[in-house]
Amino acid sequence: MSENTTMEIESRTPAIPTANPAAAATPAPNVFPAGTKIRMETRGLNFFYGANQALHEVSLQVPEKSVTAFIGPSGCGKSTYLRCLNRMNDIIPDTRVEGEVLLDGQDVYGSGTDVVALRRRVGMVFQKSNPFPKSIFENVAYGLKINSLCRRSEMHERVEKALRGSAIWDEVKDRLNSSALGLSGGQQQRLCIARALAIEPEVVLMDEPASALDPIATQKIEELIYDLKRQYTIVIVTHNMQQAARVSEYTAFFMLGRLVEHDRTEKIFTNPGQKITEDYITGRFG
Amino acid sequence: MTRDSRRRLLSRTVVGLCGLSVVVALIPLALIFFYVVKQGFSSLNWDFFTKLPKPVGEVGGGMANAIAGTLILIGIAAAVAIPVGLIAGIYLSEYPKSHLASAVRFTADALNGVPSIVIGIFAYGLAVMPVHRFSALAGGIALAFMMIPIIARTAEELLNLVPPSLREGALALGSTRSRAAFSVMVPAALPGIMTGILVALARISGETAPLLFTSFNNRFFSLRLDQPISSLTVQVYTYAISPYDDWHRQAWAGALVLVTLIFIFSALARIVTRRLERMHRA
Repeated sequence: MSENTTMEIESRTPAIPTANPAAAATPAPNVFPAGTKIRMETRGLNFFYGANQALHEVSLQVPEKSVTAFIGPSGCGKSTYLRCLNRMNDIIPDTRVEGEVLLDGQDVYGSGTDVVALRRRVGMVFQKSNPFPKSIFENVAYGLKINSLCRRSEMHERVEKALRGSAIWDEVKDRLNSSALGLSGGQQQRLCIARALAIEPEVVLMDEPASALDPIATQKIEELIYDLKRQYTIVIVTHNMQQAARVSEYTAFFMLGRLVEHDRTEKIFTNPGQKITEDYITGRFG
Repeated sequence: MTRDSRRRLLSRTVVGLCGLSVVVALIPLALIFFYVVKQGFSSLNWDFFTKLPKPVGEVGGGMANAIAGTLILIGIAAAVAIPVGLIAGIYLSEYPKSHLASAVRFTADALNGVPSIVIGIFAYGLAVMPVHRFSALAGGIALAFMMIPIIARTAEELLNLVPPSLREGALALGSTRSRAAFSVMVPAALPGIMTGILVALARISGETAPLLFTSFNNRFFSLRLDQPISSLTVQVYTYAISPYDDWHRQAWAGALVLVTLIFIFSALARIVTRRLERMHRA
């Protein structure tokens, strides 16, 4: 049965780019309400791992102070795309980027871009929580220290603010000096979010931040994301479609390195424009 | 014989062989240690640590100059080799596929296999010939050349064990590549790196050959780096090949002090590793 499904998809997928190229290239004009400010945008983004092309002509806009979710089957390029937004792919050897990635209209792959400054503005939370083997305090203070973002005297205040903002302060306030590795998985992930927020980025990229967590920890992260969008622009990659539906305003569906559909989340989940999106969302494959 | 009992017999035989190998491996160590203690302990007294060698024929005296000299030589070697080895190790693990890295890795492994006497000759050409004088510095440099490849390769291997996700985490916070290496990767690998450094120190503190024509020897107490300096190993060698019984006894005492020093380094390596590891875990 599963074999059948696979074959069905394979026979259908080559049709994606030609089926409705306009839909993939530019979202429908009414996707964003009038007056929405676009924080990040890509134009005709191609990405290559050696000779393998992982992204094909992805053009997408991320409006500010909202949550945009990327969904799609494994290997569809959504994480690769996310990592283009803060140039995390730079450290992978033998990779190549074509097209434009804009942050407030400035090309982040332009020759004059300072990658370090870019990553300060576009923070990231990873799939697997990766606290440093340091104390809880040191973890959150790390970004502030290396970027010399505040005085020594303000450090404690900034750390507390970030921990409060990540809804973990009450759980760790009495043990700021103990190792971050002693926290539970969910706490570690919220600590990593606090670490990212401490340097007050404008955009926060989250790569399946709850995929390794139990339902309760996941719920906490989702509530957190919901709160954070008042202040931050959030892009989240998720495998969990309910999660995308719960936390995001906009959803982009990726398939085989192509952006298939990008629209208001409500529309994607109730009345998708593409047949393949509907098939994925209703669990026909993936 | 049933299959089951045959299997059990085979298992017991293999376990027995393992035990036997352990004993065989430990016997030389135990014998050396006990013999050195037995021979050396009786000649060990306060004078040995505080007095200088007496002229030939006079009984007594000590190796204060050689003990100080060995510590100085180890200090010079550590001061040169730890930064160079560590930074080389960081390079190897950060840019593992570059041409330079392959070259460095190959060279380090080759250097590790070079006989220590050859390293001594090299240091002689480098630091003794140009100034026409044996010196503590030349000896320290010779020992540093032996330490660098050990530290570099150990640091590389241990840094490779640190999850790359930590590097990504640091970079995503606006860290530069080098900042991430020094502030996150190295601290995460520190317990192992410390062990590597202490093992390298233990290894070089027992070396004689590289010192024979670099730091040479000195009958007097000297702390000057541009002068020949005494060391326990060279002193033990000199005394051991002499025809005098009193010098033989002193050589045994010197060997005991040397073995103890190396033992302290090894013990320190274990303690430091355990301490740091405990700090890293919860």
